[in-house]
Amino acid sequence: MADILTTVPSNLVETRLAPPSRVGDRLFRWVALAMGLSVGILIVLVGVTLGRGASSSLHHFGFGFLTGSTWDPVQENFGALPFVYGTLVSSLIGLLIAVPLSIGTAVFLTELAPPRLRQPVVSVIEMLAAVPSVIFGLWGIFVLVPWLRVHVFPLLQKLFGFLPLFQGPNYGVSMLAAGVILAIMILPIITSVSREILRSVPDLQREAAYGLGATRWEVTRIAVLSYAKRGLFGAVVLGLGRALGETMAVTMLIGNRPEISASLLAPGYTLASVIANEFSEATSDLYLSALFEIGLVLFGVTILTNILAQLLIASTAAPKVGRAVQ
Amino acid sequence: MNVDLTAPQSKRESDPPVVARPGLALSAIPTKREMPSRATPVSEVAFEVSDLCCWFGQHQAVYDLSLRIPAKAVTAIIGPSGCGKSTFLRCLNRMHELVRGSRLSGQIRLFGEDIYGPRVDATLVRRRVGMVFQKSNPFPTMSVGDNVTVGLRLNGVRDRRVREEWMERALRMAALWDEVKDHLDRPGTSLSGGQQQRLCIARALAVQPEVLLMDEPASALDPIATTKIEELIQELKRDYTIVIVTHNMQQAARCSDYTAFFYLGRLVEYDKTEKVFTNPSNKQTEDYVTGRFG
Amino acid sequence: MNTSATYQTWRKAKNLIMSALSLACAVAVIAPLGLILFYLIKAGAGAIDWHFLTQLPKPVGETGGGMSNAIVGTLTLLALASILGVPVGVLGGVYLSEYGGERTNWWIRFGADVLNGVPSIVWGIVAYALVVVPMKGFSTYAGGVALGLMMIPLIIRTTEEVLLLVPNGYREAALALGISRWKIIVRIVMKTALKGIVTGVLLAAGRVAGETAPLLFTAFGNRFWTHHLRDPIAALPLQIFTYAISPYDDWHRQAWAGALVLILVIFLINIGVRTLTRGRFSEVAK
Repeated sequence: MADILTTVPSNLVETRLAPPSRVGDRLFRWVALAMGLSVGILIVLVGVTLGRGASSSLHHFGFGFLTGSTWDPVQENFGALPFVYGTLVSSLIGLLIAVPLSIGTAVFLTELAPPRLRQPVVSVIEMLAAVPSVIFGLWGIFVLVPWLRVHVFPLLQKLFGFLPLFQGPNYGVSMLAAGVILAIMILPIITSVSREILRSVPDLQREAAYGLGATRWEVTRIAVLSYAKRGLFGAVVLGLGRALGETMAVTMLIGNRPEISASLLAPGYTLASVIANEFSEATSDLYLSALFEIGLVLFGVTILTNILAQLLIASTAAPKVGRAVQ
Repeated sequence: MNVDLTAPQSKRESDPPVVARPGLALSAIPTKREMPSRATPVSEVAFEVSDLCCWFGQHQAVYDLSLRIPAKAVTAIIGPSGCGKSTFLRCLNRMHELVRGSRLSGQIRLFGEDIYGPRVDATLVRRRVGMVFQKSNPFPTMSVGDNVTVGLRLNGVRDRRVREEWMERALRMAALWDEVKDHLDRPGTSLSGGQQQRLCIARALAVQPEVLLMDEPASALDPIATTKIEELIQELKRDYTIVIVTHNMQQAARCSDYTAFFYLGRLVEYDKTEKVFTNPSNKQTEDYVTGRFG
Repeated sequence: MNTSATYQTWRKAKNLIMSALSLACAVAVIAPLGLILFYLIKAGAGAIDWHFLTQLPKPVGETGGGMSNAIVGTLTLLALASILGVPVGVLGGVYLSEYGGERTNWWIRFGADVLNGVPSIVWGIVAYALVVVPMKGFSTYAGGVALGLMMIPLIIRTTEEVLLLVPNGYREAALALGISRWKIIVRIVMKTALKGIVTGVLLAAGRVAGETAPLLFTAFGNRFWTHHLRDPIAALPLQIFTYAISPYDDWHRQAWAGALVLILVIFLINIGVRTLTRGRFSEVAK
């Protein structure tokens, strides 16, 4: 042992370490910062690109773009109201169907399911989330729509035909069909976010309710759901954001007719669909610009919904301090 | 080693008392820096700490610390939890400043050079002052051999033979060579706890530091491994200055030549180990080493 | 408080009904996946054969042919997208985890989440304006850019998550050896988290592999092999879309086959990723 310490081979005595790379450090940090800031750059880039492309349409039509209900490429008269209407209505239908199912499933997963059953269900939901939009559309065209047209819509017309909602010819491809496929597509995200929200409710709340002799459902209703109200609303808004931007499946099922109709069984058109269908065929500059403007509207609307959703979700994540169970 | 260091702390009646915190009965008070005595040439002093204060944000962790740590000896720092000993240790290799919101004032000289000087590169300081941590942390993606030489490799030593020679040397110095020489390609994490810690010591030694700081190196190890580490420390002190923080008083008594007792961020007593444990000058020290509190 | 016996029975009944309802919801949620997979296999499995995987599409109206160019096209687009998305995303994630102040990081994370919510067709428009217009034509580059831009915010978040999991002790040990900061990050921290980083990249690739909308007016599709990256290129989702909305039965059959191939690839990536992560966690936990 003494040898190794006192006799140092000559070649090792001179072992020099390279000077610390100050330049390397600074360079790396700046590059990483630039890449991190790319998100900000990208947001600005998207906004500016859309804005510039839409400028002549914005100039030409002004605010009337959103209220005009004619979409006539030949006459170059572009009004986006049918698309706004179609986007809103189809998304709303999707929400109406998906929200109760999603929250019910989230409740099932967090409060009621035996632990062994949870993981398989969660895995299935994650797989559903991974299915591409175009495959939903494909299945929608050949499986869902025929089934709706033959079995469901005639039933709706028989039962509720007095409502203008279900009147008119039954093509299958319709607002309602698009709404249904949207519902299926947003189920995973609303379910998983709701589940996270419900899981973040502190057990203290539940225990307090159990302590008062409440049944399982009552505990869920009183201690969990009302506590998580805001977060669940955020999950719903998140689902709405997804539905608003959905393109392919909706395009394949909605009929693509730029008309506003009272009937849900009539074809419709959405903001995303018109871009998908007509962008590569736009014949004039104004036409293209109008489509850019639709993209701008879509961008703005989805950003706002997402911001709202994030704020709502974040407000539940912060625990409320010591609230007595009412 | 036979250096008769004039103790950095001496009872000089003319010294003004340091403002004491209420409740502390400090009898002998640590004083400011002494004039270097002729018996202690500067090169024999590894660290000269002057009026060191450390903060974490608003919270002050170390108050007006001054002492001299001798070279090629083992200095132990003892004290109850939260007394600032680890904080102090990390000031010695400029690791304290890596914590967000940390601050320090005062001066620390390493063999005469101010390590916090305006043009001093902290990275260079850390190559001269190595550190071994409480929880052994060999890099998981590297083999035993690569772990030892990582400091050389990533610091620009390209000659493979030189690295391999250093690897054997460092492992021998850490008393680990015989146990791992046939397993150099195994992952560093495949060794036992005690071996991993010695691997970390070898890794630190390979970079040829002058000082080795050890922050409770054996607290996570079983008694046998602990003994091995303590024996290693005795061997290493012939060539390296060692500063070891430990909450185990018996370990300090066994291993070290000098002991510093910290309490609530202040240096209470600093002297030869034998004196601190058998005849401490300060009542507080006596209470601590006899186990009346801590 | 109403303590009558009937009220108690009603409470118990309500509890049971609600439990049953929520179970029904769960069933309703997982049913669609089953139905979709069932039809995919039923309609698509028969049509996948060697011809399908190796031949080019036949001219309009003729039966037979395959989607070989679309399969290769998707892979090509993914490779291009990764060239853009991986460096930016990984380094961005590195910044969030290793550098960055609290405020800056909050904004970056917020921005990444916002970007993740942008509809994919909007990315197509952006790529159109940035690549197709200057190049005066649809191209593989444009498709790659559209998909790559989509990958960036995804990879930033996954990389950050994974790097934060690397225990701080390793960084400290490396710093104590006097190693330069950037070398510590690249050669030690990122190396430790490598499996996780790759996982995140694969997941992002799986996400964008199925995207159709951004490719509609960037990559545009191609009935033949693409020999230059500046030419339009076929892609699996695009081909599925085109065939699905066409009036030809044979094309419908091929659309199902293509869809089955696509979903198999995506599921394989997801399952592969899950097995990778399971092994990794046991290692880092040591």
